[in-house]
Amino acid sequence: MKSAVIVFPGSNCDRDMAVALERVSGKKPHMAFHKDTDLPEVDVIAVPGGFSYGDYLRCGAMAAHSPIMRVVKERAARGVRVMGICNGFQILTEAGLLPGALIRNKTLKYICKTVDLRVESTNSAFTGKYGAGQIIRIPVGHGEGNFVADAATLDRLEGEGRVAFRYVTAAGAVDAEGNPNGASRNIAGIFNETRTVLGMMPHPERAFDPLHGNTDGRAFFDSLLETLS
Amino acid sequence: MTSKRWNEPAVTEALAAEHGIKADEYKRLLEIVGRTPTFTELGIYSVMWSEHCSYKSSKIWLRKFPTEAPWVICGPGENAGVIDIGDGQAAIFKMESHNHPSYIEPFQGAATGVGGILRDVFTMGARPVANLNALRFGEPSHPKTRSLVAGVVAGIGHYGNCVGVPTVGGETNFHKAYNGNCLVNAMTVGVAQQDKIFYSKAAGVGNPVVYVGSKTGRDGIHGATMSSAEFTEDSEAKRPTVQVGDPFTEKLLIEACLELMATDAIQSIQDMGAAGLTSSSVEMAGKGGLGIELHLEKVPQRELNMTPYEIMLSESQERMLIILKPGSEDLARSIMEKWELDFAVIGHLTDTGRFVLKMDGETYCDLALAPLFDAAPLYTRPTEPTPAPAALEPELRALKQSAGAVLTRLIACPDLASKRWIWEQYDSQVGADTRFLSGQADAAVVRVHGTQKGLALSSDVTPRYCHADPYRGGMQAVAESYRNISAVGATPLAITDNMNFGNPEKPRIMGQFAACVEGMAEACRVLDYPVVSGNVSLYNETNGEGILPTPTVGGVGLLADGMKAVGLALRNAGDVLLLLGETAGHLGQSLYLREILGREDGPTPPVDLALERRTAELVRALIADGLVSASHDVSDGGLAVALAEMAMAGGIGADLPVLADADAGTLFGEDQARYVLAVPADKAAEVGARAAAAGVPVSKLGTVGGDALTGLPGGAIPVAALRGANEGWLPSYMAGTAH
Repeated sequence: MKSAVIVFPGSNCDRDMAVALERVSGKKPHMAFHKDTDLPEVDVIAVPGGFSYGDYLRCGAMAAHSPIMRVVKERAARGVRVMGICNGFQILTEAGLLPGALIRNKTLKYICKTVDLRVESTNSAFTGKYGAGQIIRIPVGHGEGNFVADAATLDRLEGEGRVAFRYVTAAGAVDAEGNPNGASRNIAGIFNETRTVLGMMPHPERAFDPLHGNTDGRAFFDSLLETLS
Repeated sequence: MTSKRWNEPAVTEALAAEHGIKADEYKRLLEIVGRTPTFTELGIYSVMWSEHCSYKSSKIWLRKFPTEAPWVICGPGENAGVIDIGDGQAAIFKMESHNHPSYIEPFQGAATGVGGILRDVFTMGARPVANLNALRFGEPSHPKTRSLVAGVVAGIGHYGNCVGVPTVGGETNFHKAYNGNCLVNAMTVGVAQQDKIFYSKAAGVGNPVVYVGSKTGRDGIHGATMSSAEFTEDSEAKRPTVQVGDPFTEKLLIEACLELMATDAIQSIQDMGAAGLTSSSVEMAGKGGLGIELHLEKVPQRELNMTPYEIMLSESQERMLIILKPGSEDLARSIMEKWELDFAVIGHLTDTGRFVLKMDGETYCDLALAPLFDAAPLYTRPTEPTPAPAALEPELRALKQSAGAVLTRLIACPDLASKRWIWEQYDSQVGADTRFLSGQADAAVVRVHGTQKGLALSSDVTPRYCHADPYRGGMQAVAESYRNISAVGATPLAITDNMNFGNPEKPRIMGQFAACVEGMAEACRVLDYPVVSGNVSLYNETNGEGILPTPTVGGVGLLADGMKAVGLALRNAGDVLLLLGETAGHLGQSLYLREILGREDGPTPPVDLALERRTAELVRALIADGLVSASHDVSDGGLAVALAEMAMAGGIGADLPVLADADAGTLFGEDQARYVLAVPADKAAEVGARAAAAGVPVSKLGTVGGDALTGLPGGAIPVAALRGANEGWLPSYMAGTAH
C-alpha cells in the first residue's frame, strides 16, 4: 500500500498519520506540501488533522483551494482512496468531495476526549476489518466537529449506507448523551457516493499504539492495508 | 538632532519615573551614559533594568540554587534548561509566568504565555513535545474568578491546540489571596539532539542580524515594565500593553526554525520575548561581548509611522532574532519564505561594544552595550522572617462526622474537584505519544518520539505551606515534585522554577522569597534534583494585598521504557494496598482544616528529605521490577483522599479495615513522603520485605475490590458517589449554578 499525507501550513497531525501508515504498510508515506501540483501514484491519500491556515476564514476553507487539492480531487475522481481526519474532514467538505459541513461544537468549546463510536458500515476500504455495529473507542479533538447537512442529504447518506461512524454512548445508544459536539443524527464520519472518500472527526491514529492504552483504531489501518495491497 | 523625522520628547527625571526608573536608578543611568539619554535610550534602559528583565531583586538569591549535575547540559541563563536524556538526545524545558497580562486580558494573556514559553524552548533547537500549566485563581465567589477561569482556559487551548503541542498536565487552585492577581504559569518541554542545540551568545563581527516571524506592531509596549509594578484599581486601563498571539504563525515559525536549524546557517538565535527586539539584541550581543548596529526601517512593520521607541519596545509575538553565519542569507530567506514568514536582515554585529540604532540614516540610540546587559542595579532587599505558626490543639484530630461525609466534601472542594472541564478543552493527544495525563497518574508521561523512552512531567507547589513556613514550603514543593515523578516510575532529573511573589520592596515578602529559595535549594541538593531554568514574577499585589508565596516547581524525569509507567487508577480486584511512609496525623495547613473546619493555621508539615529520597528510590525500583499496578503519592487531603482518587480513577473500590478506627489526622493529615501502592497479592510479601530492607516504613491498608470504599469510620462510600461529587463542582460552577 502506497500512501501520501498532505501537509498544509498549520497541519499538526500529519506526522502522527504518517507514523501509523508507515507502521501498518512498512512503506514511508509521501509527504506532499500544499503548494505541490503533482503527486506520485499512491493507493490512499490522507488529509490530516490540525489547523490548516490557522482555521482563518472558516475551517478548511482556504486549504480546499490550495494547489495540492486540485490533484487530490483528480485522484479521488479516479477512485484513489482519500481520507480526511478532523481538519481533513472539514477540508474535504469545503472541497466538495463530501457533502455537509462541520460547524462549531454545540457546547461552543473545543473538546478532546475518547468517545464511543458505532461502526455503521463495514462496506469500505476503511472499515472492512471492523464488525458491523461494533462499538469502538476513538479520541476526538476539535472545536468544529458538529456535522450538519440538510434533511434530504442526511436521509440520502443514511439511505445509501454512507454513514461510516456514529457517536454513541458506551451502551450503544444513539442519543444526545453520546454526542460530543451536537452532530446531526450523531454522525461522526461519512463516505462519498462510491465509498472511496471518507471523512471523520475522530482520530484513529490516536488509538493505534499500545502506548495509547487503546488500539481500536488499528483495524481502520488494517482495513486499508488489506484492501489496497 | 532637530532635523530628525521623529522628534523625541526631552528626557527628565520625571519621565524616567514614568518609565518605572527610580530616582537613584536614574542617577546611576546618567553616570553610565555620561549625558542625558534620548527618549529611545530611556525606553531601552527602562525595560532592561525592569525587574522582569534584570532580576534585580531576586538575582542574589537565585544564585543559591544548585544548578549542576552530570546530566545537566545547560543550566539557568539561557532561554531554557537542557538535560541529557540518553542516546544523544536532550530535554529542553522551562516554566514562565504570564500573570499580569492574564489578569488584565485573560484570553490573550494566557495564550501569549503559552506562545512565549514555546519559543523559549524551540529557539534552542528542540521540538516542543508537551505543555503544562499551573493556574491559580481567586476564591470562586469573587465576581471576577469565573470569567478569568473561562478566559485563561480558552486562551491556553486556543494557542496550544493550534500549534499542535499536547497539553498534558498542570494544576489549578483557588484561594482568595489570588483575587486580584491570578497566576498563569506555562511550561513547555521539548526534545533536541545534543549536537544540535542552539544558544543565544552572538559571535562573528560583521555577521548579519536577521529578523524572522511576524511583523512588528504597537502591541505589548512596556509589557515588561507593567509586569514589574503592583496593580491598582486602574490596571485594566493597561489592556493595550497585553500582546495578541497568533498560534498559526507560531506553528509556521516552529517548522521554519527547525528546518533552518537542520542546516548549518545559524550562529545563534533567541526569541523576542519580554522587551522584544531590545532584550533579544542586547542579550545576544552582550553575551558575546560585542556591539550591534540595527537599521530600524528594515524591521518588518504592520503599522504605519512606528517610531524607533515603539519598534524597540514592542512585544509583538512570534518573532525571532538570528545571527546568521556569513553567506547563509539566501538559504535562510528561502526557508522562511517557504513558510510565508517575514525575513529581514536588519543589522550586523560590530566590535565597537556599542548598541547603535539608526532609522533612515539618523541615530536614535548609541549606548555602551555592556552596562545595559550587566550593570542593572542589584538589590539586597531587606528581609523579614515569617513568624513560626502556633501548634494546633491535639483535640482537632477527633473525627466529628463520618469519614464518608468529610471525604465527599473534600474531593468536591475547588482545589481537589476534578479539572476535567479544563483539560478536555486542551488537545492532550496530538503527537500520538501521550501515555498519561496528569489526572491519570501523578505525573504526565509522554514518549520521546521514535524511542521507547518516556518523559515524566509534573507541576507542583503548595502555596498555603509556603505562606505558613516559606522554608519548609519551599522544600515541600521540590519534594512533592520529586515524589510525583517517582510515583510513575521515572527518575527525577531536574526542575524549572517559577517564583511568584508579592512586592519585594516589602521585607515580609522578600523574606518569603528568600526562605522559599533556601528551602528549595536544600531539597534540590539532597534529592540531586537541580534547577536548570526558571522565571521570577514579583509585584503580584493589588492595592497592597500580596498573593500567597507560590514558587511553582516544574519537574522532569525519565523512564527507560515509557510503557512501564504506572498510573494512579486501581485496576485489579484482589490487589493489596500498601502505604509507604509514616503517618503522624499532621493537620496543620491541611485541606481538612481549611475546607471542613474553616481554619487556615498550624505549622506546615515537616519534610524529611532523606526519607523522601529513600522512599522514592524504593518506589522506582519496585515499578521497574513490575511489582506495582497502581501508585499515588499522598498529598493534599491526606490518605483518604489519595485512596478515593485511586478508586475514582479506576472505577473500583477497596476494603480498608485497618482504618476502621482512624481519626481525622490519620485519614486527612498531610504527612509527607508517603505513597499508596496497589500490588498483586502474591507480590505483597516481597514488596514488604524490600521496603523493610530499604528502611522505608510500610503497612497494609487493605484490598482492592467492590464498588465502594469500605471499612472507613461511618460506613461504606460508593465510588460512584465520590465520582459524582468530584466531577460535579467545576462544570456547575462554570455554568453559574454553583459557587
